[in-house]
Amino acid sequence: MEASTQQDPILRIRSLNAWFGESHAVKDVSLDISPNAVTAIIGPSGCGKSTFIRCLNRLHEEVPSAGAAGEVLLSGMNIYGEGVDPVGIRRKIGMVFQKPNPFPALSIFDNVVSGLRLGGVRRRSILVEVAERSLRQAALWDEVKDKLHAPGTGLSGGQQQRLCIARALAVDPPVLLMDEPTSALDPIATAKIEELVLELKKQVTIVIVTHNMQQAARISDRTAFFLMGELVEYGETSTVFTVPKEERTERYITGKFG
Amino acid sequence: MKSAQIHAYLSENYTRRRWVDRGMRLVLFLCAVAALVPLFSVLGYVLFRGVPGLNLDFFTQIPRPVGEAGGGMANSLVGTCILVATASLLGIPWGIAAGVYLSEYGRTKTAHVVRFATDILASVPSIVIGLFIYALFVVPMGGFSALAGGMALGVLMIPTVARSTEEMLRLVPTHIREAGLALGLPRWKVILRVVLRGCVSAITTGVMLAIARVAGETAPLLFTALNNRFWSDSLTQPIASLPVQIYSYAIAPFEEWHTQAWAGALVLVLLVFVINIGSRVFFRGDAIGRE
Ligand SMILES: Nc1ncnc2c1ncn2[C@@H]1O[C@H](COP(=O)(O)OP(=O)(O)O)[C@@H](O)[C@H]1O
Ligand SMILES: [Mg+2]
Repeated sequence: MEASTQQDPILRIRSLNAWFGESHAVKDVSLDISPNAVTAIIGPSGCGKSTFIRCLNRLHEEVPSAGAAGEVLLSGMNIYGEGVDPVGIRRKIGMVFQKPNPFPALSIFDNVVSGLRLGGVRRRSILVEVAERSLRQAALWDEVKDKLHAPGTGLSGGQQQRLCIARALAVDPPVLLMDEPTSALDPIATAKIEELVLELKKQVTIVIVTHNMQQAARISDRTAFFLMGELVEYGETSTVFTVPKEERTERYITGKFG
Repeated sequence: MKSAQIHAYLSENYTRRRWVDRGMRLVLFLCAVAALVPLFSVLGYVLFRGVPGLNLDFFTQIPRPVGEAGGGMANSLVGTCILVATASLLGIPWGIAAGVYLSEYGRTKTAHVVRFATDILASVPSIVIGLFIYALFVVPMGGFSALAGGMALGVLMIPTVARSTEEMLRLVPTHIREAGLALGLPRWKVILRVVLRGCVSAITTGVMLAIARVAGETAPLLFTALNNRFWSDSLTQPIASLPVQIYSYAIAPFEEWHTQAWAGALVLVLLVFVINIGSRVFFRGDAIGRE
């Protein structure tokens, strides 16, 4: 856990700001994300957690009236730099959403390989290989290997979410963003996803938003606490949860507000 | 009021309420029946008048000259199919494209103008559309043609297809689009390969309803496709169609032609009926319909 934080950060965020029209949702946030680690973003609802991570793959700007400014360096390259194509960025920084969202009318197999296939990969052998690898990575292979051509929307909520993780992993992104991936799931499905996150961090860097502090404590290496669009505290998870530097952090994690 | 009192009050009224409820239910049922009366009288009457004229000749023969008995509407049946196919080829892609634009890029000023124009187009009387094609296409080309008829019907299909496509696409939640974007796919690909794909059958329903609507149109064909007493599968020649043939036979002073007109009406009604029912079957098979 400690070793990971000594490596060069894979994402460097500098003075990141985000707006919805006039409303300032993320205020001047700067932080470094270590590779092959799990970084948790916590904070009360509405504090800008989703907006913040949606800035990291430039999805925020797809919302009408939304705007962002600042620097996000992915392995040294500013994804907000001039002439940078957001489409290419999103292939390197994948995302899993709060609500499981497999593509309707597509089979499990077609869902997993959709990023590759629509990205131009035609060779069936490649698609088959990637589908199996991604489903195994998402700990879903054994449950679906006999019904790869059944509709993805027919799976249970937890399975759908792991299908979405497999779909994101299929394009082999070095970074995976997860926005409250378990908030729509039952405790057993949640435990499976948490276990999966710990397994996945060996291969990908994970930034996970959660409103569940126990979850952050269980699975993350570092924790960032947001409040009203500002980054209040950022550090090793063990430190943030036991000896926070800020009083506002302490009040939040002890349940005094939020 | 104490709760015992409330209970007493409520149960006192229970019998009365039950009777009022029954009465209202009966009234509403009768209203529903009344609404169905015109539909079933039309169907029943068309069936009654149409069946006598239905025979093999009706489906295999072309019209005979005045005075000769027999003949059928085979060329009109084929003509209607050709006209509807031409209309579909022109109207469906155009309508779907407009619907996609309205749903996916619908917040811009241009989109509001397009949406308004589509609504206007939907309410323009079909005879005016026929007149429009006549002036813009038939006159310059120097004659009536199947293509002109197909164009008129195609224009009529655009607003229906566009608005139903737009509505179906709007049912696909934003987070599905975002999931596509987050995979590093360009927006147009997400729209065409993911969003549209997800509601193919719902859109098919809209398309079939549009087809059912134009298959029975008469007025716009009168000065575009005109009519043809003979076989024709040429797009550049006038072509026969069921509605126009029904019209010309129905106003003619011959009893036998009237019988054939009723038979034609019956076939047309059944055709539209089948398309309508078919569209429902499609809708049930849809992924977003089920969610
Ligand atoms: N699409 C939107 N349009 C306008 N304001 C929004 C939108 N989404 C979120 N906001 C606002 O931005 C702020 C941050 O929201 P969000 O990032 O979703 O918070 P969190 O994920 O921490 O609950 C909130 O005040 C919210 O009301
Ligand atoms: Mg959120």
